Amino acid sequence: MAEITFLEAIREGIAEEMERDPNVFLLGEDIGGFGGAFKVTEGLQARFGEQRVIDTPIAEAGIVGAAAGAAHYGMRPVVEMQFIDFISCAYDMLTNYAATARYRAFLPCSIVVRGPSGGYVRGGPFHSQNPEAAFLHTPGLKIAYPATAEDAKGLIKSAIRDPDPVLFFEHKYLYRRIKGVMPPGDHLVPFGKARVAREGKDLTIVTYAATVWKALEAAEQLAAEDGLSVEVLDLRTLLPMDHEAIVASVKKTNRVLIVHEDTVTGGVAGEITAQISERCFEWLDAPIRRVAAHDVPLPYAPPLEDFVLPQTSDIVRASRWLAAY
Amino acid sequence: MADSRPASDQAIPAGLTRDQLLALYRWMRLTRTLEERLVALYRQTKVVGGLFRSLGQEGCAVGSAFALERRDVLSPLIRNLGSMLVKGATPVEILRQYMAKGDSPTRGRELNIHFGDVEDRHFVGQISHLGDMVPVMAGVTLTFKMRGEDRVGLVYVGDGATSTGAFHEGINFAAVQRCPLVVVVENNGYAYSTPTCRQTAAAQFVDKAIGYGIPGVRCDGNDVLEVYRVTQEAVARARRGEGVTLLEMLTYRRKGHAEHDNQSYVAPGEIEQWATTNDPIDRYVVRLTTEFGVAQAELDAIDAAVAAEVDAATDVAEASPPCDGPDALVGVYADPPRMPTLWFRDGVGSAVAEHERPASWGTHHG
Repeated sequence: MAEITFLEAIREGIAEEMERDPNVFLLGEDIGGFGGAFKVTEGLQARFGEQRVIDTPIAEAGIVGAAAGAAHYGMRPVVEMQFIDFISCAYDMLTNYAATARYRAFLPCSIVVRGPSGGYVRGGPFHSQNPEAAFLHTPGLKIAYPATAEDAKGLIKSAIRDPDPVLFFEHKYLYRRIKGVMPPGDHLVPFGKARVAREGKDLTIVTYAATVWKALEAAEQLAAEDGLSVEVLDLRTLLPMDHEAIVASVKKTNRVLIVHEDTVTGGVAGEITAQISERCFEWLDAPIRRVAAHDVPLPYAPPLEDFVLPQTSDIVRASRWLAAY
Repeated sequence: MADSRPASDQAIPAGLTRDQLLALYRWMRLTRTLEERLVALYRQTKVVGGLFRSLGQEGCAVGSAFALERRDVLSPLIRNLGSMLVKGATPVEILRQYMAKGDSPTRGRELNIHFGDVEDRHFVGQISHLGDMVPVMAGVTLTFKMRGEDRVGLVYVGDGATSTGAFHEGINFAAVQRCPLVVVVENNGYAYSTPTCRQTAAAQFVDKAIGYGIPGVRCDGNDVLEVYRVTQEAVARARRGEGVTLLEMLTYRRKGHAEHDNQSYVAPGEIEQWATTNDPIDRYVVRLTTEFGVAQAELDAIDAAVAAEVDAATDVAEASPPCDGPDALVGVYADPPRMPTLWFRDGVGSAVAEHERPASWGTHHG
């Protein structure tokens, strides 16, 4: 089997679900003939027709609301945010309308809202965001943020089949840099099951999305230079979150570093820290530490962006601090 | 027995039968009587939350919903109780909902008339964020278009909601897609305390239709037959695949935003003027009795039947059980079906007994 990119894996997953279920259709800006800003949906309109791959006006709240309405009547819409930064325009529709639909009105609301997220690409403040923490706080939503091509495909397929609204973040730095060989058959990755990306015994790094790869680089360096055995846990989905996997790893290594690309204050790492404290405080030999972005809007210039975002060297430095504690 | 004869020699508008004329009356009367009962229950503190009236606007809600088939989908707003009754919502459901009963349509999770049924009677539960139901109904009707189903949608907004981004995004998208959707702007003069002159610089809300490339029709919202006729034409247009129509219905909100609102912002005499000269039920009664040969005794009989229905519904709803607190955790997701109860709620045991203390606790190792 040939390798395909992270981006192609997502497209393959969407296409397979469209093939399997006629209720699956796509809504988004420039996703039809143009194939989307990053070409994730390239070729899908030609294959499935204009009825199922719909170019929309620039109206994020409008199309998320329309997706919810279609889902109430049995459709399974997949909405593209041209950049995930624009998901804030649909915040009301997602948090007040879609997330509450099942609970308040028994309305089926099987929608997926997906889009390119993340920095390290010189995108500036409005084409680099990681808005996952803003939605982690909303009961009723699910959130996937894959790191590997295999997971990107398996999770987008699971997301489309999920009966509840799913936010699917696609790190654009990974789109064409990360490749994988897809498992044969109907490849589904379940929500709420973390992946041990690297086994270790001295220290656990809990992370997701692009920083999984930075953590793996750091682990390699720490093994070579310090003889440290670092475990890297890739969460895959943030809602639901695999607390059992986190606890199991902490009990093994007794030291934990949480890494994410989003800003540190109010980020997902804070929630993970609280969970570890509540579930396995006695197993810790060191304080839980975070490596995340500085609390500023993400700047454009390379020296500024590189300074703000967590780098592999930061993870190495933080890991050494923890190991020596 | 259904009586399909015209009531008199006078032409009945839009091909309505005599039974249908009386049904329109009955729905308006039921709306008003039910709301009056809710006021009584509110004053007895049996209505848990706020109470929202549609007094004086019953013609808009009833006349427009009456133009829909059962398979068509309605998206009511807070002043559209009448439309929900037409669509099959029952007084018992409304009463249970307001009284936060355990067997209410939302099992106590939502308030007032915020509930729906998309499986049988086809009305969609609204949320409080105004304008949001327009994109949602664009999606509902887009689905009908995609599937080639002969079904249309109707969504209400107030004068205030036309100022929201969601209204614009939804109606624009529906217009571009030529969705089978009717958008009703129910212009009742006020959004809470804000008069329409502070809501828009447009001379009339129906002018907005031009900007979306769709037809717009303005009508007297207190003339239930005119409301029905205008809505029926828009529904027929939608059914023919000709897309969205914007309707503006002129009416007047005679009660405050909710029952607590003393309407101090309304000019003296304004409410009384509408109440005495432009009440939709009073006006309809005049037409029924003078133009269509309906006897006052027939209307009195309907009133009595409606009162009995509301009495019986009140008894049933009052006897309904309250909600059970822990049920609050059910149904956020399909999976998991229930959210966990937090640790402090189940009783806090001994920290020593509950937690393992590994040999490595508090030590360095490795």
